[in-house]
Amino acid sequence: MEQDTKYRIPTLIIEIVLILIGLLFLVPFYFLISNSLKTFGEILSDAAALPSTLQWSNYKSGWEAINFPSAFKNSLIITVVSNVLLVLLSSMTAYQMVRHNTKFNKALLALFVAAMVIPFQSIMLPLTDVTSRIGLSDSLIGLIIAYLGFGAPLSVFLFHGSMKSIPLEIEQAARVDGSGTYGVFFRIVYPMMRPMYVTIIILNTLWIWNDYLLPSLMLTSESLQTIPIATYMLFGQYTKQWDLALPALVLGIAPVIIFFLAMQKYIVSGIAAGAVKG
Amino acid sequence: MSRKKLSQLSQQLVFVGPTTIFFTLIVLVPFLLGVYYSMTNWNGVSTSVEFVGFSNYVHIFTSDPEFRNSFWFTVRFTVIAVVGANLLGFFLAYFLTKPLKSKNILRTVFFMPNMIGGLLLGFIWQFIFVRGFAAIGEATGWSFFNLPWLGDEPTAFWGIVIVFVWQYAGYLMVIYIASLGNVSKDVLESAEIDGANRSQVLWKIIVPLIMPAVTVCLFLAISWSFKMFDLNLALTNGGPFNATRSVALDIYREAFTNSRLGLGTAKAVIFFVIVAIITALQVRATKRREVEA
Repeated sequence: MEQDTKYRIPTLIIEIVLILIGLLFLVPFYFLISNSLKTFGEILSDAAALPSTLQWSNYKSGWEAINFPSAFKNSLIITVVSNVLLVLLSSMTAYQMVRHNTKFNKALLALFVAAMVIPFQSIMLPLTDVTSRIGLSDSLIGLIIAYLGFGAPLSVFLFHGSMKSIPLEIEQAARVDGSGTYGVFFRIVYPMMRPMYVTIIILNTLWIWNDYLLPSLMLTSESLQTIPIATYMLFGQYTKQWDLALPALVLGIAPVIIFFLAMQKYIVSGIAAGAVKG
Repeated sequence: MSRKKLSQLSQQLVFVGPTTIFFTLIVLVPFLLGVYYSMTNWNGVSTSVEFVGFSNYVHIFTSDPEFRNSFWFTVRFTVIAVVGANLLGFFLAYFLTKPLKSKNILRTVFFMPNMIGGLLLGFIWQFIFVRGFAAIGEATGWSFFNLPWLGDEPTAFWGIVIVFVWQYAGYLMVIYIASLGNVSKDVLESAEIDGANRSQVLWKIIVPLIMPAVTVCLFLAISWSFKMFDLNLALTNGGPFNATRSVALDIYREAFTNSRLGLGTAKAVIFFVIVAIITALQVRATKRREVEA
């Protein structure tokens, strides 16, 4: 309604300017994709032009250079398992903290909030020491445990903030109907909290999927490399070999871009919700 | 009675136990251990770790120009990148809440860079600065594109700023859009009826009303830029001549290139203290503003 009445010349000008800025935002993707399909000589002679012939074989080399199936699988396992456990465990913790506001739980929550301030780089050196001593290094399980520990404070904090608003009466009604604590949690609390789960999963997915530093410190085996690690190794090995590196980069960003385009609605609203609460 | 207590205890263990154990193992113990290691000559290899008191800290503050340079770089970068990303994010949001026909697709485009991690983005932009800009410069003759970019100190600095703003403006835009959506139309209309012009409405009414979002966005952007690591590593690797080495990268280099983990942890502790102070100031500012709003 509003759109039809107010669309005038100034709005048109704004629209044109914003579309130009939007195109500017896409220029890096143009360079990336068009050059990923050129021969090495063509990349060096003119990076701005479109490829004269499409070198699909670049993608075969890039695919093999980062061992894409293995890197993708590792990234996926780490991201999915960490996410599931992180929301499950931290929502349970937050629930217990809200419903049993004991001195211990109060102190623990305060500790979590304080720990949110700690930058990863401040603990990474002793962390590698601890994880190698207790046998967590160079294993996906060890890495997932590290994500659970480092991700817990923010997730618990966000769940805690939103669970406070669940009315106790609903839970009491369920208890009268014979539900135990676990029944109440999974049948009443969890469904009511679903938007918060989505928000936290999205925030943690962006972080864990793209993380380079923590896996690079904990994983040494080639078979455990994630996408960021495999990419970094590739650049260390073949400096400036762009006809190999660019298709590898396209493959590396393709999963998140597809994920984003498919889940866009949830991602955008999840981020807005997470920011207001956080 | 004791049966009830027992079930309460088991519930506490099941609901809070795992999180507490992982948190203790991964954050708490390493943090405390780090404070201890920062006062030793730990090198990561030899088993004998000697206690050296505050000498690492003394070294950092008196004879470590590298740390001072990276700290100064990080501060300058944070100020410029935070202001740049927030201004762009806000104005994109401001115009995208107008009735544009392409607003949905544009929101998608502006947000998309956020999905990609700093490491891959850094490599992508390395290509653009090295080869892409050269090609544009050759085609257009514009000197802007013929600058040495990553090869020279001032342009390398701005190179990282450009990538940072390009990456994060869309994220901040999403938060600003959500906040602008809560500004009541009645307030804006009555301001217009009272004769306020467009820029008055923007600066005197809209901006004060979305102040909570401004604080959140500033806080997020400061936290991203101050802790920047992946992008820095992939784009410039701290170069040229360590001119663009962030504090996070300096800690990493001290530990893994110089094998001085004791000194590295001391830097990490200082880094934590600085981040904690910034956060405390930020939280105080947020609380004060929220009362006004």
